[in-house]
Amino acid sequence: MPDVRKAPLVVEFPFTRSLGPVQRAFLTGLRERVVLGVRTTAGRVLVPPAEYDPDTAEELHDLVPVAATGTVTTWAWNHAPRPGQPLTGPFAWALVRLDGADTALLGALDAPGPDAVRTGMRVRVRWATERTGAITDIACFEPYDGPPEQPAPHTGEFENPVTGIVAHARLDYTYTPGRAQSDHLDALAERKVVGERCPRCHKVYVPPRGACPTCGIATTEHVEVGPRGTVTTFCVVNIKARNLDIDVPYVYAHIALDGADLALHARIGGIPYDRVRMGLRVEPVWTEGAPHPDHYRPTGEPDADYDTYKELL
Amino acid sequence: MTRQIAVVAFAQSDHRRTTDELSEVEMLMPVLHEVLARTGLRTADIGFTCSGSSDYLAGRAFSFTMTLDGVGAWPPISESHVEMDGAFALYEAWSKLLTGDADTALVYAYGKSSPGSLRDVLTRQLDPYYLAPLWPDSVALAALQAQALIDAGDTDEPALAAIGARSRAAATANPHAQLRGPVPQGDHLVRPLRTGDCPPIGDGAAAVILAAGDRARQLCARPAWIRGLDHRIEPHSLGARDLTDSPSARLAAEQAGAFERPVDTAELHAPFSSQEVVLRKALRLGEEVVVNPSGGALAANPVMAAGLIRIGEAAARIHRGACDRALAHATSGPCLQQNLVAVLEGDPR
Repeated sequence: MPDVRKAPLVVEFPFTRSLGPVQRAFLTGLRERVVLGVRTTAGRVLVPPAEYDPDTAEELHDLVPVAATGTVTTWAWNHAPRPGQPLTGPFAWALVRLDGADTALLGALDAPGPDAVRTGMRVRVRWATERTGAITDIACFEPYDGPPEQPAPHTGEFENPVTGIVAHARLDYTYTPGRAQSDHLDALAERKVVGERCPRCHKVYVPPRGACPTCGIATTEHVEVGPRGTVTTFCVVNIKARNLDIDVPYVYAHIALDGADLALHARIGGIPYDRVRMGLRVEPVWTEGAPHPDHYRPTGEPDADYDTYKELL
Repeated sequence: MTRQIAVVAFAQSDHRRTTDELSEVEMLMPVLHEVLARTGLRTADIGFTCSGSSDYLAGRAFSFTMTLDGVGAWPPISESHVEMDGAFALYEAWSKLLTGDADTALVYAYGKSSPGSLRDVLTRQLDPYYLAPLWPDSVALAALQAQALIDAGDTDEPALAAIGARSRAAATANPHAQLRGPVPQGDHLVRPLRTGDCPPIGDGAAAVILAAGDRARQLCARPAWIRGLDHRIEPHSLGARDLTDSPSARLAAEQAGAFERPVDTAELHAPFSSQEVVLRKALRLGEEVVVNPSGGALAANPVMAAGLIRIGEAAARIHRGACDRALAHATSGPCLQQNLVAVLEGDPR
């Protein structure tokens, strides 16, 4: 079997999230080195605080300052930290019940080794040097053998409260296209456009995805289509896409290649944008080293009759 | 009178560390064909279709619309999808059949974990304000739960190792399992959990067919009747929970009628050995109950399908007369966050 085609795929998303009043006070408090919990109707103090009571679903607003010192309720030694985790060297994950709270907060515990960590040990917050109003303002916890801190009273009101967080995320994947799309890409490397035919309904899919969406069975028979085709429909693009060096306006079109039963899409060049039309006959323009046609251009043939492509719109 | 709904067929792929030569639909489609062939049904005969999957696993947007190609959804079918394990898709399909809107349902689930880094990917399901920014991976969170169990005296490292060993020994009879037979217990991955306490990471798919009443009897010699089905969730803050217990699993089991009569078999979706300890306690499973004869999630854990597989495995044992009353469990989220329990029964033999 030939080597499987692979390509790196990075998915990155900076989610911007707004905060409820309780979360806003808690995260702003962290920025100011104040830890606030919220008191439930039954009198429990939740840290981290929730907007709603996990037992009764009632809205909560009674903010209570708690200490930056506390007790480990459970822990796990992480000898090989992963990207994005709070510390780069080995550390313990710990759930910590801060003094004055009834629930525990997750964080990293900076300890020399697993033998230095136990459930019930006393710890305190190590604050991040630069704080922005996010959970990461707690850099980590560290062992602490002093008395419980006595938190000063606090109203929960702050100057310039944070109103939201930006949660950055990046995930790295190795993309593999699968059998049908790999065959298609292999053919493209030889400047051929190859689709696959459904053994039941005989439709030819380009690009093929391995299954006939109508019949739900595997497509296997390779069929070379094109290279020429017909514009079935199109749009005029007036806004420049990021990282794309093409002057606007340009035309992006659905093109039914000769012999294909599904239109693919590509850019149309070699003709003013306002002269592109349904039925225009086009052919691919390849550039050296590119994995697929750069764009399609008019062939000069007469336009295709509407009846020849109306089922492919 | 409430309609009786049964699992009438089950199929699954071989679960493997990687299936990089196949796209998602190419991996799933043979399973769909197999489950349909077991009943003689075609897509057009199915009243409702529901799937479970997650785009984050393979990093492919709208992945479920692509895999729907493998169903053959034309003319348009009645269809739904959940971004959860397929067991929760089965819950939706079961509800749909109970309303009388459909007599048969196809439920399927798939997951390709191999393209990404699963431990990191799963951090994205966590609370975005307090947890996700710390990137606490799935093994780390399970390890916190395991340590809590050890501290409470509910288990210890040798007992956890024995759960993994028993599961993989059972999996020698399961040709679809990814880990079969003895597997080294290995080093700590995140202490106290060792590699042997953790599920294999891999790709796989599964499908079941549900049918109501007489339709079920026509399609299957011994249908696995769903006597009860319920799912419940814990508070989302990990530090607000007692990690050594699972009140949500217990409540789901109670609502599903699991405690009305003893079960002979339980298929538990416990990806980590320590989670079996929690579930045995919460679900009141005694030593006389056969737990995870398939090998469970410690032998094959295709994320998004592994819960549906528990229901399928339990049903398949009823189909072939190896079991009369089974409990099937599925979970979602960190540390058994959400739990679904189904009670399945065969007609008297």
